[in-house]
Amino acid sequence: MDYSQFLAMKQEIALLVVFLLVFLYDTFMPKSTQKALPAFSIILMLLATAAGFCSHCLGSDTTVVAFAGMYETSAVIAAIKGILNIGVVIVLLQSIKWANGESMLMRRGEFYELLLVTLFGMYLMISARHFLVFIIGLESASLPLAAMVALDKNRYESHEAAVKYILTAVFSSAVFMMGLSFVYGLTGSLYFENIYFALTNQLNMLLVIAIAFVISGIGFKLSLVPFHLWTADVYQGAPTSVTSYLSVISKGAAAFAFLVILAQVFGPVYSKVWEWMLYALIILTITVGNLFAIRQRNMKRFLAFSSVSQAGYIMLGVIAMNAMGMAAMMYYILVYIFSNLAAFGVIGAIENATGKVSMDDYRGLYKTNPRLSVAMMLAMFSLAGIPPFAGFFSKFFIFTGAINQGSVAIYVLVLIALINTIISLYYYLLVVKAMFISEEECVIGWFRSSFSERLGLWITVGGILLLGLVSCVYSSLLNLAEVSPMNMYFMS
Amino acid sequence: MEMTIPVLILAIPLFMFLFLGLLGMKMSHKLAGTLGTLGMGTILVLSYYTAFQYFFSGAPEFINAAGERLQYLVFDQTWLQFTEKLVIKVGFFLDPISAMMLVVITTISFMVHLYSMGYMRDHHGVYEHGFQRFYAFLSLFSFSMLGLVVAPNIFQTYIFWELVGASSYLLIGFYYTKPSAVSASKKAFIVTRFADLGFLIGILVLSYYGGTFNFAELTSAPVEGLAGVSQVSLGTAEGIKAMFTNSAAPVFMGASVLTWALVLIFMGCMGKSAMMPLHIWLPDAMEGPTPVSALIHAATMVVAGVYLVARLFPLYLMETAALDIITVVGALTAFYAAMVACVQVDIKRVLAFSTISQIAFMMVSLGVARPEFHEGLGYMASMFHLFTHAMFKALLFLGAGALIHAIGSNDYTAMHGLRKYMPITHWTFLIGCLAIAGIIPFSGFFSKDEILSSCLGYSWVAYLWMSLVAGMTAFYMFRLYYLIFWWKEHETPEGHHAPHDQPWTMSLPLIFLAAVSCVAGFIPFGELVSWNGHPYDFMAHFDWSVAAVSLCVAVAAIVLATVMYRKENPLPSKMRNALPALWTWCYHRFYWDELYMFITHSIIFRSVCRPLAWFDRHIIDGTMDAFATVTNKVSEAIKPLQSGQIQMYVWYYLIGALALGVVTILCLL
Repeated sequence: MDYSQFLAMKQEIALLVVFLLVFLYDTFMPKSTQKALPAFSIILMLLATAAGFCSHCLGSDTTVVAFAGMYETSAVIAAIKGILNIGVVIVLLQSIKWANGESMLMRRGEFYELLLVTLFGMYLMISARHFLVFIIGLESASLPLAAMVALDKNRYESHEAAVKYILTAVFSSAVFMMGLSFVYGLTGSLYFENIYFALTNQLNMLLVIAIAFVISGIGFKLSLVPFHLWTADVYQGAPTSVTSYLSVISKGAAAFAFLVILAQVFGPVYSKVWEWMLYALIILTITVGNLFAIRQRNMKRFLAFSSVSQAGYIMLGVIAMNAMGMAAMMYYILVYIFSNLAAFGVIGAIENATGKVSMDDYRGLYKTNPRLSVAMMLAMFSLAGIPPFAGFFSKFFIFTGAINQGSVAIYVLVLIALINTIISLYYYLLVVKAMFISEEECVIGWFRSSFSERLGLWITVGGILLLGLVSCVYSSLLNLAEVSPMNMYFMS
Repeated sequence: MEMTIPVLILAIPLFMFLFLGLLGMKMSHKLAGTLGTLGMGTILVLSYYTAFQYFFSGAPEFINAAGERLQYLVFDQTWLQFTEKLVIKVGFFLDPISAMMLVVITTISFMVHLYSMGYMRDHHGVYEHGFQRFYAFLSLFSFSMLGLVVAPNIFQTYIFWELVGASSYLLIGFYYTKPSAVSASKKAFIVTRFADLGFLIGILVLSYYGGTFNFAELTSAPVEGLAGVSQVSLGTAEGIKAMFTNSAAPVFMGASVLTWALVLIFMGCMGKSAMMPLHIWLPDAMEGPTPVSALIHAATMVVAGVYLVARLFPLYLMETAALDIITVVGALTAFYAAMVACVQVDIKRVLAFSTISQIAFMMVSLGVARPEFHEGLGYMASMFHLFTHAMFKALLFLGAGALIHAIGSNDYTAMHGLRKYMPITHWTFLIGCLAIAGIIPFSGFFSKDEILSSCLGYSWVAYLWMSLVAGMTAFYMFRLYYLIFWWKEHETPEGHHAPHDQPWTMSLPLIFLAAVSCVAGFIPFGELVSWNGHPYDFMAHFDWSVAAVSLCVAVAAIVLATVMYRKENPLPSKMRNALPALWTWCYHRFYWDELYMFITHSIIFRSVCRPLAWFDRHIIDGTMDAFATVTNKVSEAIKPLQSGQIQMYVWYYLIGALALGVVTILCLL
């Protein structure tokens, strides 16, 4: 075995080092220094992120296929991992106050360790080119999350959410693997590449069912309708920091892995089979997500359904099956990370200070906490896709990418998605209306959020304002996508 | 020529606008005003330097061996590139008229900046509310106007054209608590915007068929053998001619597209330059502070239309039908405005109509210019008149501002006999009146005389018509002069100060502009500005018989005004009673405003807007409401799906996955 292959896994190794150091710190450092653990892990994550970007800038991470074709990395893959890392840093930043709080006294380290393990799993999902590796990634990205959801041991909802999550996750894994076993039976291999070539001239019922099962398995992680039902309960029950992690990082990683599997494994049957499955799922996801979001009064539940609907938009980048769609999807994920984390940052800050999470409590918030209200407003505008905020550009590009696919059906799909943005505008503006226009006396008094929360909000709001206007972000992603090895699969 | 100075000419006023606009409220009134004036002074120096370099340095990029002045692109930066051909650039362009305009704009603007330091405060020295905002807007205007005149392509012209419109809007509505100022600013903006619709369509037509936005290519063909495109000789229109005349030039509704484009562009010019019937905004624009009227609505922005026609003059020469339209519109406007100016009582209104009339002179002059006649004398005359008019009309407006400042009213019946109290204002105002009346040796004499000469070259009807208008000009200006400065003065009520002359910041611009008006006529303008860059001897084209006639007409008109208005006498009211209808129509400006009100309110609003509003309220809103209701209903109906029971979740999951597969299989079969 050629051990230099491990060099291809620079980002994974960096992450493992971070994990080990955090673990050692948590285990062996004296109690008095434990409060510094969050800062310690953030700095390490920042270093790992920077190292990832540096190795990218130095040009050392060209496409490498390692471990007998089971693992692949390329500039695009490095970029999406970098994007996830940025999101993780912001999540960690926003969770400091909660992690250092009373309830987390004995479990502070667990949060960081579990989070890093799931992130490692997501890395594997993205880089895997063999289904065994993929499943290892998928499971290590799923199971520890259940423990994270249950971290808030004093709250009943937290347990309920964890149980719901673990049961549905296990069920979905089972369905997913059943689909895989069909694929294995049909093609005799679990290598992406081999399956791809075996499927080139093959189309039968079993394959269709297999693809449906595989899609449902990943659709579960992405919370596509109708595999989304766990989302609201889990998002509501989980600690806010975990919810924000679930809603952006986990979703972003799954979306990219989904694109890889659909293009590199099931690419040959794109137009015959899964384009239409995805088509139906996108319409259902966007519409049902929106329809449920309208009714929610709990902010976390509200954002859960909003994130369901956002996942539908992300899928537009997958169904496009071209380089622009991929670039637009990555850009969408990046912007979504910033917008959603800004919203969760505000919710978390308010929850930490007052324990209130209902939209009704937000009435008149502008009078008591103008800055938080403005941050929330910008997040809502960006999620709804109002120019000139980043969300507008990400929607614009993902629609353009889908339109470039060229078929009339996709035009209709984009039209439906556009109509849905109007519905989404309604409920996003409901929040803004509650904060700014409502005349009532606000039940949330003035409070000063902690430094880390404010820093997190400044970063996310800065991202919302700048990511769209600084054109090089999207264009560099597009450049990466156009030279990525994935293009080979798009062509066919 | 290096780029630094031209860039600074545009950058400083923009910076001053942002600086005063954002930080103005943090500093004292005086500091903001001083900074604004100093900034403008810097641009003044830089612009004079640039113009001096262009006209007198003799550098080969500005003037060729044959003594022809060249167009010179200082810089031309690509701003938006849509396709290979469709490129929008931003640049800085020097040619005789843009260099001249740099001088005009910065001179008047600097004078107005200085003057406003005194004008925008009351008699106790308290600055007006929004003083800093005023200076910020003045800087914005200066920036826009400078960008407009140096634009090397018609698209940049359009951008800055709209910017001057916007800054004019802001400055007319400066006293935004006054309803009349607000409605005047709206009126100005809407009328000029309406005209700009034609302008925009004209630009699009022209550039679509011409294949370029650049003036250099639109108005001339590149000279072979010169490297780069920054040097082209003026006035050879073969290039564009070829574009429009080759292989069946496109025709639309009986006229060539070039005619259409030029007439539509002229429509924009009519709006900006207040030609009839789009003149209605200019008299109302006098609601703005008087220095603004002097700067924008007398000297600079309102001549932008004339400037644009001059800029595209080689194109207009290819379609003389368009030039004839310009002549007719100009001649009618000149006469109409002069008629109205004879009976107005508000001194700013008189000056406003006088401005309309004088701009119409410039338009006529361009309209009658032909290369056959004295090498396009009309073009030079028009630009010359633009220059002299800017100086003396700004002088008159600033003088009027001084009077208004002293008296506190625009109505001349409140003035009378002021020559004893305000000697500086009196003498400078008199010089302005003599200049506009066309009395030798003041500047207006020379420029107006050349306009009349070129009219004579076009047709004797035009000549007689414009001479008549010139006589009316002398009459109404001296009527105004006598009514303000002569007659018996009003009693000053007890406890009030008698009116007196203004502080030096206001007097200095008056004296300077009066001095310019005295000597500007002797500038050898023909050597500097001509339509094809070829200088010609100015005196060779000077027609002494025309000069003598126009001088006689002016003197006669002044004598008539003296007889009628020097002292209170019954003559004017007798004349008024003799022709009551004419007087009423003139006094009400021939009911143009009422006509517009009727068309917009009674016809357009009633027959177009109301049905549209109904459609919007019932059909469009109704659709949206129905959409929202359905959404809400569906949302309510599917609520039970989210039951909270995990068995159901898993159940739906499985059904979903199976359905996905089964439906696809059914579709594939």
